[in-house]
Amino acid sequence: MSSKPSLAPLAAPAATPRKALRAWPPANALIGATLLALLVLLALLGLVWTPFDPLRIDLLSRLQAPSALHWLGTDEFGRDVFSRLLIGARTSLWISLLAVSFAVCAGTLIGMLAGYLRGWTDRLLMMCNDALLAFPGILMALGIMAIIGASQYGIVLALGIAYTPSVVRVVRGSVLSLRELEFIEASRVIGNSELYTMLRHIAPNCLAPLCVLATSMFGWALLSESALSFLGLGVPPPAATWGNMLASSRPYIASASWLGIFPGLFICLALLAINLFGDALRDRLDPRMRK
Amino acid sequence: MLRFILQKLGMAVPTLLLISLMVFALIRLVPGDPALLMLGDMADPQSLADMRRTLGLDHSLVTQFLIWFKAVLSGDLGFSISTREAVLPLILERFAVSAGIVLVAVLLATLIAVPVGLLAAWKQNSALDLGLVMSATLLLSIPSFWLGLLLLYAFGIKLGWLPVVGYVSFAQDPWQALSYLVLPIVTLTLVEVGAITRMARASTIEVLRLEYIAHARAKGLSERAVLWRHALRNAFAPTWTLVGLILGNLLGGIAVLETVFTLPGIGRLMVDAIFARDYPVLQGCLLLITFVYVLVNLFVDLLYPLFDPRVKL
Repeated sequence: MSSKPSLAPLAAPAATPRKALRAWPPANALIGATLLALLVLLALLGLVWTPFDPLRIDLLSRLQAPSALHWLGTDEFGRDVFSRLLIGARTSLWISLLAVSFAVCAGTLIGMLAGYLRGWTDRLLMMCNDALLAFPGILMALGIMAIIGASQYGIVLALGIAYTPSVVRVVRGSVLSLRELEFIEASRVIGNSELYTMLRHIAPNCLAPLCVLATSMFGWALLSESALSFLGLGVPPPAATWGNMLASSRPYIASASWLGIFPGLFICLALLAINLFGDALRDRLDPRMRK
Repeated sequence: MLRFILQKLGMAVPTLLLISLMVFALIRLVPGDPALLMLGDMADPQSLADMRRTLGLDHSLVTQFLIWFKAVLSGDLGFSISTREAVLPLILERFAVSAGIVLVAVLLATLIAVPVGLLAAWKQNSALDLGLVMSATLLLSIPSFWLGLLLLYAFGIKLGWLPVVGYVSFAQDPWQALSYLVLPIVTLTLVEVGAITRMARASTIEVLRLEYIAHARAKGLSERAVLWRHALRNAFAPTWTLVGLILGNLLGGIAVLETVFTLPGIGRLMVDAIFARDYPVLQGCLLLITFVYVLVNLFVDLLYPLFDPRVKL
């Protein structure tokens, strides 16, 4: 490949990259990682200390606006919103992490097998995968939750199973397009075994789309957990999650808007952090993005 | 080409069968007597016995599936436990509400996001690109139900421009119907613009690195022609797949938005069915949404070679 005259300068995008944008660590990684670290710290803090007992009902101080005592106000039962957000952070992040790990491990294995072996293995695997994929993620999670009932590890299982087919599809897709490329052929020509070619040359090149996907999936998992809890099918009350806090804020949207604003803001910040960090990670990991 | 289409269609049939099998299995996975689940706690012994016979509970699981599947094929999805209505007309009516919102929102989002993504990729690493990517990432990070609540708070409660609760169908009063549908559609469009823009930008950047783009530039084509005639088509292919996936995921996940805006869509119907343990309705919703999802993806797959000629037929 290296002896071939490069057409890269012509194919390069018109705009010249700025130096500041190419610095390592890039701004988005820095912002994303900082935000994420802050949220994780908050979640860990919630494990050992909260300003108030997040479950203690105090009807005398219900629906109080944010103040020096209750930083983010109190809810309809007089529970401290900030304390509940702290323990909610732990629940949401942990559930998402477990669900995504499950999906990535199972999905990569199946996807690489299908894409590389092709033929009947591929057709059979993809038939089952398509059937699973044909349940939109949250719909399958809904179905599973309907059977096993609302519980914390039920959600992990439901989301993990629901996201596995997307991983399979993406991994298989990139394996299929990669195996047609010259450098894969070259690897075979110089006598590398199929397994070596697969692990050394195909797998790293699947990482980029997989990273983007895993990032999005972490976001989806966080979002789906919130959505399921919002619908009342997620982590059951009185345990606090950002989703069920948002759900219980709905009747008070006109009179106590802070109840709806802060849990949503936390979900939003967490998703933003994950997306920014994932983008930076992708730029770093994708061999084609390196200059 | 015909062979490609037949092959894709051929692959969709077993998928649909497998889906039916899974939806059928769902009600068998719930602990308890299926006939009791179907009829509810108040059923008398006689109708329970009748239901057991109808479901073929004394037969093997295979026979039970065949009995159920035959009914499904003839459009008989059973009756709702709570309202005694026939399931099929009920879910079709609710489905129309959701499908309209989702289709309009995804169409709007694609029309906005693809040119924006192309522009950002063309100006990669410029201040404009940075701004567009940041906006798209921010939009992607806002949960639809939170955005919906905020918009409802701003335009419904504070400004009082739009109604907060309720729904009017298009047949009754188009203008009023629109006033109820504006916020859900805007919410969905905004959220999906983020995802599609990022995808369009990423795939355009990939395409712009390829040598056929270099060739197009080398033969002296204008940047406009390079972008719109050569880059867009190939860059749109992955985006096209994403649009198909989004469409299905929105149909599956629209329950939250319908909860926020109190719309009588299929998502809300399904969640209510879960709470009411109304399994025939739940089965019907799952079956309908997944069938539609399969057909949408089939359509996307069939059109894929149109955008990316590199895919072998």
